[in-house]
Amino acid sequence: MLTQRLFLSDWGGLTVLVLLLALMVAVPIANLVVPPDSPWHLSTYWVALLGKFLTFALLALSIDLIWGYAGILSLGHGAFFGLGGYAMGMHLTRQIGDRGVYGNPELPDFMVFLSYESLPWYWWGFDMFWFAMLMVVLVPGLLALVFGWLAFRSRVTGVYFAIITQALVFALMLAFFRNEMGFGGNNGLTDFKEILGFSVQARETRVGLFVISALAVILAYLAARFIVTSRFGRVLVAVRDAENRARFAGYRVEHYKLWLFVFSAMLAGIAGALYVPQVGIINPGEFSPLRSIEAVLWVAVGGRGSLFGAIIGAFAVNGAKTWFTTAYPEVWLFALGALFVLVTVFLPRGLVGLFRRRTREDQP
Amino acid sequence: MTALPLARPGGLGLLALLLLLAFTPPAQADAQAAQTHSAGSAEGIVSPLTDLIDDTADAATAHAGNRAIDASAPALVEGNEHTAAVPTAEEPGVSVAEVSIDERIRQLPHGSFNDRRAVAEELAMAGDPRVAGILTALADGRLLALDEPRARILIRDASGRLGRDAITGEPVSAELIAAGRRIPVHNPLRNTLRSLVAVATISDPAPERRATSLRRLLRDGVSPEMLDYLDARVEQETVPLVLDLLQTVRAMAHLESDYADQRLQAIEVLRGSLLAEVRVRLDAAAERDEDAAVRDSAAEAIDSIETRIAVYRFTENLFFGLSAGSVLLLAAIGLAITFGVMGVINMAHGELIMIGAYTTWFLQTLMPEALSASILLAIPAAFVVAGLVGIAMERGVIQFLYGRPLETLLATFGISLILQQAVRTLFSPLNRPVASPDWLSGSLYINPVLSLTWSRLYIVIFAILVFVALLLVMKKTSLGLKVRAVAQNRPMARALGVRTSWVDALTFGLGAGIAGVAGVALSQLTNVGPNMGQAYVIDSFMVVVFGGVGNLWGTLVGAMGLGMMTKFLEPHTGAVLAKILVLIFIILFIQRRPRGLFPKKGRAAEA
Repeated sequence: MLTQRLFLSDWGGLTVLVLLLALMVAVPIANLVVPPDSPWHLSTYWVALLGKFLTFALLALSIDLIWGYAGILSLGHGAFFGLGGYAMGMHLTRQIGDRGVYGNPELPDFMVFLSYESLPWYWWGFDMFWFAMLMVVLVPGLLALVFGWLAFRSRVTGVYFAIITQALVFALMLAFFRNEMGFGGNNGLTDFKEILGFSVQARETRVGLFVISALAVILAYLAARFIVTSRFGRVLVAVRDAENRARFAGYRVEHYKLWLFVFSAMLAGIAGALYVPQVGIINPGEFSPLRSIEAVLWVAVGGRGSLFGAIIGAFAVNGAKTWFTTAYPEVWLFALGALFVLVTVFLPRGLVGLFRRRTREDQP
Repeated sequence: MTALPLARPGGLGLLALLLLLAFTPPAQADAQAAQTHSAGSAEGIVSPLTDLIDDTADAATAHAGNRAIDASAPALVEGNEHTAAVPTAEEPGVSVAEVSIDERIRQLPHGSFNDRRAVAEELAMAGDPRVAGILTALADGRLLALDEPRARILIRDASGRLGRDAITGEPVSAELIAAGRRIPVHNPLRNTLRSLVAVATISDPAPERRATSLRRLLRDGVSPEMLDYLDARVEQETVPLVLDLLQTVRAMAHLESDYADQRLQAIEVLRGSLLAEVRVRLDAAAERDEDAAVRDSAAEAIDSIETRIAVYRFTENLFFGLSAGSVLLLAAIGLAITFGVMGVINMAHGELIMIGAYTTWFLQTLMPEALSASILLAIPAAFVVAGLVGIAMERGVIQFLYGRPLETLLATFGISLILQQAVRTLFSPLNRPVASPDWLSGSLYINPVLSLTWSRLYIVIFAILVFVALLLVMKKTSLGLKVRAVAQNRPMARALGVRTSWVDALTFGLGAGIAGVAGVALSQLTNVGPNMGQAYVIDSFMVVVFGGVGNLWGTLVGAMGLGMMTKFLEPHTGAVLAKILVLIFIILFIQRRPRGLFPKKGRAAEA
């Protein structure tokens, strides 16, 4: 029964799941087992790159969950992604210990540089891995809870919600740029040494992080699939298509939206936390409104309201970006811009829409 | 005489006093000497009265002696055309120049540093236009003395080898300059010279230069001899602003007086001043003056000054807020049409502003010699260019997306990326320099605490003009009527014969054109570059959403409100935190009033 719901009812999703599982097995083998001179060898650069794409896929999945199924367009999901990333970054920074430039065992380098006396209270506990991991989901979740509670209770919807989420992420960016915030200001947190005792530079750690990211995407997909196929998910679709009608039918619309929003923010936080050790830096640039809008584009390109489409979209757009920015750097923004226009005008259902027959259920 | 109280570091030496008094009629010498001593006493040196009498007597003798020497001086002057220009009668502080200015200039190389100082002081108060240049050159070590073939004083140019004659002003050859020997100065003399240059500039024909020199004197303080000279200037000064400064400088000097009533009078004058130096001096008087009445009066004056400063600071904040609000209004008003009236979330709005700014830059490069004309011409040009781009956007993309606002957001965002990259590829990724005409630079000086930048004043006026023009278009023209009809009820408007697609295109063009016009104004305030649009788009959306979608008045109130809020927060929190607080305010405000300050009224449950 559950198998039917999660896997078999959606062939596209099943295909993507199988591909992800294959990737999860093939990439470590190609990097660690296959000898470097073989044409089948995958360099560590590619492992890190694919790992990064996986975290983007997770972010796209979290956006698709609220946009595709509840009609909530968040232009500020980078806020949750960034906060999760900062929680992880803080843990990794604490792990540096006295190996920083200033060799101060108590304070990170930038705090020594800014002549902090002691560790600010909000850094307490981040030397413990479990605490940091808890914060990765709690901080974005709490912010989403407060923000969503305020917004959905007053029935801020559609365009207005999109714009205030943009204000949120913009305000966060400005705040994190301030040195006084105690998060490293402009430079952010970087120079990480190790995670759980493993060096972040090591090949094996990279592969490990890749596998964990792939696993996270798979689990998140299954959880999201579970939600949207449940009764809860049915109500969400009703809210998306006719919010007032759902409300008049007796559903507490704002509760449904709020819990989905919080769950989505937590997923985005996890994506951020996995992203940081793989790229080795977190800075306020992650909060730039542009990044958040780009993430919405991944979903739009892949096809909103299908979950697996978001994963495809994240891989497609970021793959294209990587290729363009190395091959034709000037053309990239033209291509990205054209992609935005073409997809919204000609492919309102994204890449997924090319392969799927229109069914009534999928009407946005 | 050796214990003369005036021999203080950096101040006036004994010889200086003697020589100065030598050129002062005896009747004034008394008063002057009295003030000299009061200046001394302010530094804690109180001189016995006998000294004073001795000084005056000596000075009188010296005076007589000098007069005898001076009588022969005119004969030595060869072919001097400047002698007649020396002001004499209207300068009671300075004795009638029996010795010509030229002769004094010739004396500069001779004698000790103190001699030189004395001559310089006399020159500074002579009111001769050449003196400021000569004393500056002396202080900079560019004043040269030449003995062969005849005694001359030369000024070497700041640039190096060339120069001119200090007295006649005629250029001299490089060889002569090379042959000249530098007239030596030491640091105390150099400091005095700087003040003396200021004194010499007090009689400059240009009021701004007079004001600058007075500000310098206000900082350096004034010696009693200079004070007399200033007294004389009071009657000649006609520019009110400079006269105010002059009175302030005099009152500051009088505040050093020995007599309490003179100090009280000085405080009465200083009460009206907002200058920082006055404030510091009054603080000192309120704390340390020996006379209780003076202390009270000074404290009271400080209170009144502080009240006035607070009022002006408030006015300044108000003006900053108004101008920041005007910038927001200009940036947002085009969006109020495209987003507010048509419901298109135009993320390319910032890039339309950028196109307007680039149009300004382009016209300037076409006609670099006619700066003002190019700016004025840029206003219609930017309207047309940005408007055409807007119409192309509407016809090419947006018309397929009506009724799907979130998708217009993505599509227009794509367009914004394309436009940015197009500008980068066509021109350059770097910022373009846009010049401002003279009437836009500088500021309107009201008082030391408050001065208003012209460019910001014009922005306020311009924003209001644009707003009024747009309001008229929307309320009084047939296009405006059709736009409102289509916005209110599209099918009904179409049924009544309005070509809705045509109206859509023109409306979007109008909003885009207005954004272009905003770009012309903003090009005068900020950098013009490919990224400039991004700085405005988020702010513009905040304004429109805050004010209420579909309401031009809401946009006006929203822009001014947010501008004021930012500028009144900034002094307390700093710019970045103020911006964050305003964003948080908007987020919270939208919770209270999800449709903005002035929501559209209607019966539809869903907008």
